[in-house]
Amino acid sequence: MMRWLGLALVTALVLLLGVALGSVPLQPGDVLDGLVRNSGEAAVIVRELRLPRVLLAFLVGGGLAVSGAALQALVRNPLADPYLLGLSGGAGLGAVLAIAFGGGSPWAVPIAAFAGALVAVALVYRLSVVAGRRLDPLVLLLAGVVVGSFAAALMSAIIALSDAPRLRNAFLWLLGGFSSASWPTLALFAVYAVIPLAVLLLAARGLDLLALGEEPARHLGADVDRLRRRIYLAASLLTAASVATCGIIGFVGLVIPHAVRRTWTPMHRVLLPAAFMAGGGFLVLADLIARTVLRPIEMPVGVVTALVGVPLFALLLRRSLA
Amino acid sequence: MLACHDLVLRYPNASRAAVGGVSLSVNAGELVCVTGPNGSGKSTLLRGMLGMLQPEHGTATIDGRDVSQWEPAELAAVVGVVPQREAITFPLRVRETVLLGRYARLGPLGAVGQEDRAAVERALHRCDVNQFAERRVDQLSGGEWQRVRVARALAGEPQALVLDEPTTSLDVRHEMEMFELVRDLADQGLAALVITHGLNLAARFADRILLMTDGHTAALGTPADVLIEPILSQVFQWPVAVGTTPDGAPQVIPLRRSAAAGGN
Repeated sequence: MMRWLGLALVTALVLLLGVALGSVPLQPGDVLDGLVRNSGEAAVIVRELRLPRVLLAFLVGGGLAVSGAALQALVRNPLADPYLLGLSGGAGLGAVLAIAFGGGSPWAVPIAAFAGALVAVALVYRLSVVAGRRLDPLVLLLAGVVVGSFAAALMSAIIALSDAPRLRNAFLWLLGGFSSASWPTLALFAVYAVIPLAVLLLAARGLDLLALGEEPARHLGADVDRLRRRIYLAASLLTAASVATCGIIGFVGLVIPHAVRRTWTPMHRVLLPAAFMAGGGFLVLADLIARTVLRPIEMPVGVVTALVGVPLFALLLRRSLA
Repeated sequence: MLACHDLVLRYPNASRAAVGGVSLSVNAGELVCVTGPNGSGKSTLLRGMLGMLQPEHGTATIDGRDVSQWEPAELAAVVGVVPQREAITFPLRVRETVLLGRYARLGPLGAVGQEDRAAVERALHRCDVNQFAERRVDQLSGGEWQRVRVARALAGEPQALVLDEPTTSLDVRHEMEMFELVRDLADQGLAALVITHGLNLAARFADRILLMTDGHTAALGTPADVLIEPILSQVFQWPVAVGTTPDGAPQVIPLRRSAAAGGN
């Protein structure tokens, strides 16, 4: 109970900081003012720029952390992350294709990335479903790596063959960021993410069983094949949407679940919601750093998650091993 | 409770059947041991009897109903299984692990009720693991971990208990404790089916023994009927002598090669 309270307080604080700080720092009073009353300069910054951005970062971070936790239990491997299963390659290929050959529509890149990710998910799924309707986790991992590599090779080929300035955009886009966050993007992502998130949260007990291994899970009453398919699809669809929204943001989905497992519990009923809050808070913080440290230049948020997250996680590893 | 009749099981693409026509029934209150050489089809038989392999021929039933008609959760509520191997990837605490045994009986949202908590506590006590209920399972000894897994199977309050080589790598005391526990559970009405290489444990605790060889029944009956020298020497391809323990159970003694040769 104390832990939930602590986590909630820290998350609220991070959200507040995310809204208050930026190229124009605001006083807590201004933030509150902007939230409550819809007038003045502060209100525009808070309502139109920072609030959708902070909320989107929170949702994406939470979604990535939940996907990562679920996939780690599914393949019973703590090294699994949401992009491992070919998603990043597919999304990258889609984005690069859109930038190299597409028109100027701001929606072209995210839509192409989403489509690319979906194609990758479908391919990996198709390759991993063996003997009728069984999803084999080991084959899933291998298929993910294979499909991802193939897409990455295609992407490199396109990059090598087209002109440089455009590709810098593609590259930067892939590295991830929330600078294009707006209320419509937030609403779109939120509506879309609700279903996969709900599916994963409701599968918490089933994930506990899958983490034990196929045989024990079956004997304890899990419908293993159905459960695996459901979790794989929900986690990949959630990740695909986050890639389309803000590019590939590594680290959150890999490390946040670990941190929560180590400091709290591997029970998914607690792990999933706690990872959601911690992942969301972490990404809001990373985005805050990305847009303030070198302002007016904005760093790719994926770079920040790794630069901040790696030392933090190394510390955690050392402490829990000691 | 658990039964199979003329069961033939074959793995996909295998040229010969792993189990070739075995019949067995385990009734409430009975402890049946399945034994035999490595690769004789013991674990495969178990998988067939639990509906994890489609039979090529014959039937497997649980509580009189064909095993293929049971939903996984339904089955788990009636039969508790302790599989042979289980790697620990994300270590839970002992009590949390045992609670997973209630999965098939939890509410639709996985809510844990009063009854579930009570069943978990009973299972923890029953297997004598309650004193370390808050310990992480990766910090247990082999014997403790094995008892925790039995407790997990019991938490679902099953009518049958199936254990696949539960005493592998356990020392004498833990081996005996495990079988004493299973015997007690059977005496209280559970149907217990245990795969074991411990012939002498089977001899002292089992009501009946199924001895398998090459996927077939070599012998089925009371320990005194099954554990006799010619059958065992034949099945295991190794000379044995059979004596008697002070409490009257047969006792199998594998012989040295030189002793069996009779000094020739």
